[in-house]
Amino acid sequence: MQDAIARAGLESIHRKVIEGERLSGDDGLALFASPDINVLGHLANLVRERRSGDLCYFVRNQHINYTNVCNKDCTFCAFYVRPGDPAGYTLSVEDVRRRVEEQIHEPVTEVHMVAGINPRLPYDYYMDIIRAVKSVRPNVTVKAYTMVEIAEIARVGRRPIERVWEDLKAAGLDSLPGGGAEVLSDRVHALTFRLKQTPAEWLSMARSAHRAGLRSNATMLYGHIETHAERVEHLLRLREVQDETGGFLTFIPLAFHPENTEMAHLPSTTGMDDLRQIAIARLMLDNFDHIKSFWIMVSPQISQLSLWYGADDMDGTIIREEITHAAGARTPQGLTRSQLVALIREAGRRPVERDALYRPVAAVAAA
Amino acid sequence: MNAGEQAALIDRVREQRARGERLAPADARALFDCHDLPALGALADAERWRLWPDAEVTYVIGRNLSYTNVCWVRCRFCAFYRPPGSSEGYTYDRDLIAAKIDELVEMGGREVLFQGGLNPALKLDWYLDTFRWIKSTWDVHLHALSPAEILYIAHISSLPLDRTLGQLRDAGLDTVPGAGGEILVDRVRKILAPGKDMADEWIDFMRTCHRLGIRTSSTMMYGSVETLDERVEHLDRLRGLQDETGGFNSFIPWSFQPELTEMPEIPKASAFDYLRTLAIARIYLDNIRSIQASWVTQGPKVAQVSLRFGVNDFGSTVIEENVVSAAGTTYTMDLPEMERLIRDAGFMPVRRDTHYNRLARAPEPSPDQAISATGAAYLNSAATGAPAGMPPRPSR
Repeated sequence: MQDAIARAGLESIHRKVIEGERLSGDDGLALFASPDINVLGHLANLVRERRSGDLCYFVRNQHINYTNVCNKDCTFCAFYVRPGDPAGYTLSVEDVRRRVEEQIHEPVTEVHMVAGINPRLPYDYYMDIIRAVKSVRPNVTVKAYTMVEIAEIARVGRRPIERVWEDLKAAGLDSLPGGGAEVLSDRVHALTFRLKQTPAEWLSMARSAHRAGLRSNATMLYGHIETHAERVEHLLRLREVQDETGGFLTFIPLAFHPENTEMAHLPSTTGMDDLRQIAIARLMLDNFDHIKSFWIMVSPQISQLSLWYGADDMDGTIIREEITHAAGARTPQGLTRSQLVALIREAGRRPVERDALYRPVAAVAAA
Repeated sequence: MNAGEQAALIDRVREQRARGERLAPADARALFDCHDLPALGALADAERWRLWPDAEVTYVIGRNLSYTNVCWVRCRFCAFYRPPGSSEGYTYDRDLIAAKIDELVEMGGREVLFQGGLNPALKLDWYLDTFRWIKSTWDVHLHALSPAEILYIAHISSLPLDRTLGQLRDAGLDTVPGAGGEILVDRVRKILAPGKDMADEWIDFMRTCHRLGIRTSSTMMYGSVETLDERVEHLDRLRGLQDETGGFNSFIPWSFQPELTEMPEIPKASAFDYLRTLAIARIYLDNIRSIQASWVTQGPKVAQVSLRFGVNDFGSTVIEENVVSAAGTTYTMDLPEMERLIRDAGFMPVRRDTHYNRLARAPEPSPDQAISATGAAYLNSAATGAPAGMPPRPSR
């Protein structure tokens, strides 16, 4: 591997990784410029194994996308419809309860709820659907609402953000997903998601959540109009907030799916780019505990490979994914626990079932 | 093996190969127990650069011509065939063959992959007439038939194999695909396809081709009922024959596709398994120069990653593929998409002929073309529609 590292011109980065020294933005760009995916994987795996050894986390979870109505008009989204569109749906509190009941036979530990910004939903709705989940499954962890939804909840509730956090926690919110960050760049914001909060606002909302004692994830939607420099900038901005709060649990790169979006002319991400993004995130985000490869977006195949390219988490069984599938994803809408465990084991990793907060639910018995 | 032992094995193999020593079967088997995928990839990548020093990846513009689906062999892993007498059986007539070759030539392609089943109605004369007609009508390369088909043609025509091959060659057969290699171990072949040639027969067939000046490819279908030891044995048989004849142009591994075969209970081999098998094959087959990706079975993402696991060739822009898609995997890829994947992996796409001679570097895409690549529209489902021109799948 030494030869390949030298050929790739990444010796100084290799030395920094071995010594645990922080990588610079220029280092990030140099990593993106390297076509040798095995060198990137080798470097990222050094960090990955230092943090997680040979473990790979997964979760048995259920996704509930409570509405597809949204007033943000993001150009990369195939899921939303505008308010007033007959194709719009919004689940009632009772519908949410029923969705959870439908899966009661599955030993789900995490319910993941994210959706569009439907301006007609009242403040109490957001509290009530969390309570509905918990009324059916008192012990499940509820991971709900991106920072974009939180901003809407605060707006519609006309309450200070600190009060919103308290209400959400009282309703039973356990943690926050990482969506809505998209690309933390003002240029990309202006061109693709300008009606959402700005990157600075997203970061400050995350800080606020962490100060309120809630953990959250962080994502990046890559593979559309952003540059490598903007991807690096995104990682640096997350790293800075993490230094301050330590509140991010995991970073999740999300591969852009063009079909049915306003950017349908763009090609899909490549396998190399998916692995490269995982590896570089693992290397740059030295203060994040976990890097997740979300198989819904990159395919179960690439997700399995990513366990040697920096990822230590494969997300989960995911019952009924709807957002990426609206954008033409050909991946299945769920994997069984045994399929996930088999993929992890075959790659030589040890599967650990976790809950939303990375607490082990059960060690997976050896086959 | 623990992590330390794995790392030591990788280091030892690297040093042996740098000295030009061959990979031993036992070491190949041990590499299957190494999980460090980037390390295996780097070993295979070093072999690739030794054999192909330019940062280029080749491909060929070709089309499948699945001239008949009638086949009496009933391989358990095949979802394409129909038994003789089935109302869903077909054999292409000349009009259909002409239309398909015209389409290929219009796209600038030259390779016709002419393959079908073991159809008792088609004797040697049918093939000789068809080949002569094709070669006298179009300037194309006939990459045609397979060991099982040719052995069967010889059998029903009551001719020895070498005379059959000689006549086919003289009628226009250029190269023979190494299909049906499956795993060159009789235990496996008896389970998968007891009616087809056994390992020695397949090897003898290839030896005869090579002796007659007909170059062939070689293949491996892994991930069915074989053991890892048997995978190594397969590689060893190919390497042994190549030492003797030098007649293999390339090696193409792919995974068993269980859906809709008679063995759907076998789990589909993973991407991890594909890449490690590919890497070990690249290190083992030091005398076969070219290794081809199987994007039809692995999909564009994993096929692209394979370019760093020993693959130097992206195969053919398959205009029509019926056999694998009959088993439920359908990935499609157009030329701009193939070139985009190759460039994105850090290589220059280069068009080649069937003998792996370089024809031309692909022109740089204009910014317009770069974004009009239709994308890897891969349809990974065992779902409904049969490919164009195909009868619906049977419910067996």
